[in-house]
Amino acid sequence: MDIRGLTLVVSACALGMCGTAFAAWEPTKPIEIIVPFAPGGASDQMARAIQGAITKNNLTKAPVVVVNKPAAAGGEAMLEIKAAKGDAHKLLTTSSGLYMTPLSSKLPVSWRDFTPVALLAQDEFLLWTYNDAPYKTAGDLLAAAKSGQNIRIGGAGSKREDNLITWALGDESAAKITYIPYAGGGPTSVQLAGKHIEASTGNPSEEVASWRAGNARPLCLLSPKRMAYKEKITDTAAWSDIPTCGEQGIKFTYNMLRGMFMPGGVSNEQRDFYVDLFKKVQETAEWKEYLARNALLPDFRSGASFVEFLTADEQRHKDLMDKAGFLAK
Amino acid sequence: MENLNDLLNGFYVALSFKNVGFMIIGVLLGIVVGVLPGLGGPNGVAILLPLTFGMEPVSAIILLSSLYWGALFGGAITSILFNIPGEAWSVATTFDGYPMAQQGRAAEALTAAFTASFIGAVAGVILITFVAPLIASFALKFGPAEYFAVFFLTFCSFIGLGKDNRSKILVSLCLGFLLAAVGLDSVSGELRMTFDNPQLLRGFDFLVVVIGLFGVSEILVTMEEGLAFKGKRAAIDLKVVLKTWAGLPKYWLTLVRSAVVGLWMGVTPGGAIAASFMGYGLAKRFSPKGNKFGTGEIEGVLAPETAAHAAGTAALLPMLALGIPGSATAAVLLGGLLIWGLQPGPLLFVEQKSFVWGLIASMYLGNIVGLIIVLATVPLFAAILRIPFSVVAPIILIICAIGAYTVRNSGFDIGQMVIFGIIGYIFKKLDYPIAPLVLAIVLGDRTEASFRQAILGYEGSLSVFWSNGLVGSLMVIALLLLFWPIVTEQITAFRRRLAGAPSGS
Repeated sequence: MDIRGLTLVVSACALGMCGTAFAAWEPTKPIEIIVPFAPGGASDQMARAIQGAITKNNLTKAPVVVVNKPAAAGGEAMLEIKAAKGDAHKLLTTSSGLYMTPLSSKLPVSWRDFTPVALLAQDEFLLWTYNDAPYKTAGDLLAAAKSGQNIRIGGAGSKREDNLITWALGDESAAKITYIPYAGGGPTSVQLAGKHIEASTGNPSEEVASWRAGNARPLCLLSPKRMAYKEKITDTAAWSDIPTCGEQGIKFTYNMLRGMFMPGGVSNEQRDFYVDLFKKVQETAEWKEYLARNALLPDFRSGASFVEFLTADEQRHKDLMDKAGFLAK
Repeated sequence: MENLNDLLNGFYVALSFKNVGFMIIGVLLGIVVGVLPGLGGPNGVAILLPLTFGMEPVSAIILLSSLYWGALFGGAITSILFNIPGEAWSVATTFDGYPMAQQGRAAEALTAAFTASFIGAVAGVILITFVAPLIASFALKFGPAEYFAVFFLTFCSFIGLGKDNRSKILVSLCLGFLLAAVGLDSVSGELRMTFDNPQLLRGFDFLVVVIGLFGVSEILVTMEEGLAFKGKRAAIDLKVVLKTWAGLPKYWLTLVRSAVVGLWMGVTPGGAIAASFMGYGLAKRFSPKGNKFGTGEIEGVLAPETAAHAAGTAALLPMLALGIPGSATAAVLLGGLLIWGLQPGPLLFVEQKSFVWGLIASMYLGNIVGLIIVLATVPLFAAILRIPFSVVAPIILIICAIGAYTVRNSGFDIGQMVIFGIIGYIFKKLDYPIAPLVLAIVLGDRTEASFRQAILGYEGSLSVFWSNGLVGSLMVIALLLLFWPIVTEQITAFRRRLAGAPSGS
């Protein structure tokens, strides 16, 4: 743009035509990304990766701040977003806790109180065991449970994703499995490495360090399809080498959304600004590196397709939780 | 030794002009953050984190960890001057630090606290330097039963070694457990005692409770006693530092004992909070001046500070070696590692040698820089006590309120702080100890969770607490400490009987 073009824009703005001419809303103060979990966890890492990608590439003029509100398994953060109706400077990162926390605790909040912005990716779950455990496949583990051994599977929190997966594995194979709820994915990984539990259902990001160090190894992937990451993680294996649990005869599959929401009552322009922003984030090298490092399944959705996804995903959780007895009475 | 070579390389990295500059900036910011209750180390690190995205990883972690050291030093300042612990592990420092300040010995108490922190921290770094891999694998031995045993040990030592009325300690402890149970129960996933009030979802935050129980209640008591601020004749002279140092060597046993307790608790999951209370409790029991503890004894400042900092530093080891954060600050740093493109875990020591050893070297240097800076400010902070109480009290109250608000950006917490201030005042009037309540609020939740996890994993049998040598011996030591007074009584009675038997017959 030459000087004359620039002058034109400036004078257009001066005449108050900025808003109409460009039809774009822009944040006027810092953007707050609220993370419903503690610092260092997977949700927190995603928020901070986004913060890094936006800051390094100057994608917005407004600074981005990450705030952790971990109380009540994310319930506190969700209530805050619900109360912040119309505030277009707040964002919420979400996982399956979006449905599971209100369903299991009866908190008066639902994703329908929020404005869905975008699905950024889906997280994978794997069944892990400690390195020198006798189990080679998920079948071995379940058979041991059926033969009366005390099989303990650890995970983050109670009546959440890990608990649900453990219940589903036991339900499908008619085996008795004990679920041990720990404070988070990090402590669970350490407990597995210390052989205090026989298996865990961690995300790739939670167990990758332990896998590389030879403390834990994956049994199978709880996704319908193998992962696409072909780069070697350990000396011998890549993420794509891990068989799915389906290949080992287990029907149950599970993936978890990682998405972004705004409070309810914001305008379409405001929402579109963020949809556009996250599209740009998807293109950055930082985001691609983040996906690869945590072995996430790339899956970007916004608008109607995101709402459709949420509706179906919520119903599935409701049905599963009902069968597992996780619903609040 | 290979480690020493690596460490020298680390010093080479850390001693660059730029990195020393970051160290000084970090420590200064840390002191400011540490002095303001509620802001604290984790928040300070989180606020600064985005600024480091563009930096080299080594410089970034040096800046942030220096901020952490600064905040640790700074936390002691408010504990001693105003009876407001900035962090959970500073609670035990107030027991003797605050009485010292009231007697006009603030400078002495500050010097002792800073020096003890430094000694503790250096002990922690030495441990990291030489036995990192060994310790890391020891930490893996801790399952839920062992976690519970460590917490149990802390509580038992507190009851058994305390000199206050034991039933009052128990009442205070139980009240703390009750408050700790409010909020989401991590084992059943259900809400407890929240009465459908969204404000109670989060449970009671330790910092808000402490600011009320200690800070606000102290102001209420002082007001009642006629607005006299007792620290008026505080000497403000750098010579105090040297004089205090000259007196330290005779407490070598306390320092060594606390450092050992701290290192052990830091690596095991007990952490700095439990370490500071145990360090204080053990010093109280085994020091010749033990019965004077609580009235302004310098050993009562040295013991918890050394233990807390040895533990706080040693807690970074599991983070580097295993990727589990030992504290909230460590958790934020961990997030930082990932953003800078480093994968924490056992391979960090192999793949990122210059980073790890640069960090370890900066721990030595950062603590030295920190000690020099805080000691230089001792006269300045001690002078605050010369300002009339009627001027200082409102300012302290405002700082307390800001602190309580900052914890979760919630006005509800300010009201909570005032209520706990009144509870603290009543406790003081009825002569109930406050510390057990605080200890129970901090550790209660985790103690309960590990107890239930242990039982769950062992098919509901209590025998899990005797299932291996480690947990068994922890439980025995704990029970021994709990019944310590009875045990010693029996031993003396037995001896007397032995001695008396011949003459009696």
